[in-house]
Amino acid sequence: MKKLINDPADVVTEALSGIAAAHPDLRVDLDHKIVYRADAPVQGKVGLLSGGGSGHEPLHGGFVGPGMLDAACAGEVFTSPVPDQMMEATRGIDGGAGVLHIVKNYTGDVMNFEMAAELAAADTGVEVVSVVTNDDVAVQDSLYTAGRRGVGVTVLVEKLAGAAADEGRDLAGVAAIARRVNDAGRSMGMALTSCTVPAAGQPTFDLPEDEMEIGIGIHGEPGRRRVPLAPAREVAEMLVEPILTDRDFTGDGGTLLFVNGMGGTPLLELYVMYREVSRILAKAGVSVARSLVGPYITSLEMAGCSVTLLQLDDELLRLWDAPVRTPGMRWGV
Amino acid sequence: MAGPDEFAVIDAAAVERWIRAFAAAIAEHEPELTRLDSAIGDADHGANMNRGFKAVIAKLDEASTSGPAAMLKQVGMTLVSTVGGASGPLYGTFFLRMATAIGDTDTVDQKLFAAALRAGVDGVVARGKAEAGDKTMYDALAPAVDALDAALGGEDASGALSAAADAAAQGRDATTPMQARKGRASYLGERSVGHQDPGATSAALLLRTAADALG
Repeated sequence: MKKLINDPADVVTEALSGIAAAHPDLRVDLDHKIVYRADAPVQGKVGLLSGGGSGHEPLHGGFVGPGMLDAACAGEVFTSPVPDQMMEATRGIDGGAGVLHIVKNYTGDVMNFEMAAELAAADTGVEVVSVVTNDDVAVQDSLYTAGRRGVGVTVLVEKLAGAAADEGRDLAGVAAIARRVNDAGRSMGMALTSCTVPAAGQPTFDLPEDEMEIGIGIHGEPGRRRVPLAPAREVAEMLVEPILTDRDFTGDGGTLLFVNGMGGTPLLELYVMYREVSRILAKAGVSVARSLVGPYITSLEMAGCSVTLLQLDDELLRLWDAPVRTPGMRWGV
Repeated sequence: MAGPDEFAVIDAAAVERWIRAFAAAIAEHEPELTRLDSAIGDADHGANMNRGFKAVIAKLDEASTSGPAAMLKQVGMTLVSTVGGASGPLYGTFFLRMATAIGDTDTVDQKLFAAALRAGVDGVVARGKAEAGDKTMYDALAPAVDALDAALGGEDASGALSAAADAAAQGRDATTPMQARKGRASYLGERSVGHQDPGATSAALLLRTAADALG
């Protein structure tokens, strides 16, 4: 294992400390491992809270700021944060209009956020609504699994619900946008290499040089199948085909095409993938109105990518173009 | 040794012995738990449990609490606040529900202990919504509480808890050929077959240390 760390046990706290030093717009509570926008709580605005295991940066702490999240709870690497953190953060961002919890569909995240919401209702009186993201079409049979994983669409939910909250919508309205985005988005990912969890010290799975994993998640959990390494154009087919089979993306508003890097893949290759994916979409009659390319929801140093497609409409398009000022996403300001 | 009708009494000191023994077992088996979790999960079960139980031990070292229920409640709260992932809420709920079932008494006979253990396991089910055969910790816990109840009539204290620990170990082994339907392992579908479940493995340690410390 070669990593730029001091001690595996300190990696999350030290990274948060670095975030605090690098971004004066943010305030970091190191005891509770919470990243806040510096001016939280914003009076009268619905507060947006997300969180999850560390190792997916810039998700979630890198998406805290005007136009996106009010706070993010960081768990240990690939481990959900705990209810105490979520309670503390919920209190810290409530500006009187309630708080939306954005939760990725993983057993641990769902259970910890559930406990936090129960405790928050009993203890603090803050109104909390939760939205669970579950966009990963690689999980084929939801009846016999914990349901689809929340992956790329989570980034889009945070951006679009964040814009809706900035417009002054109430808690129900912001939650409705979040759910609509989740319903309108689908993702599929692949890996060329495994990641290495610092505390484990060795790659989570073995992947021979001439093979790749299709349908991986963002925690080094292996995918649904392992296939021989193929050129980018064939990988693009393997990712896009299940997405288009699962949902129709030929609506009038066009789509948002999000090609995401898993942390160990250079932008050069992500743009090769973008080219291949957009050619497939054009052939399938899917028009692309907006794009996002880069490492936004990562899996440590895993090489690979995911493709997320979101059906847009006039409202979602306007919310996407609204200003955002966070370390990981920034425009219009 | 207590006879069939003289239930062994479990007090706060005995509960503390159990928790310390389980914490030591988790520390010892951390690499194994992580290795099992790497195969079908996300490689953190050992580290997470060890982090939680280190915090539990630190609390126990600070001050001993007044009774068995208070101690189990403190264990549960500490786990919920420190472990994270799925194990935190599941093990946390287990100990919290045990505490509630024991209530305000200093001495727990084996019948009450068995009832508390079942309440804890019911809590795991309520929190995780797992069923038998899903390839989770429940597959080790369920046969253990059944074995404990069945053994209560005829066995001495030590024998009943040993039977529960043996049943948990068999339940753990039985997870290997199962296809996971809960947690991250479920995303693997058929590829989860052939791997022992890490949660069932730590749960079997929980029962083994109970037999050693309380029997």
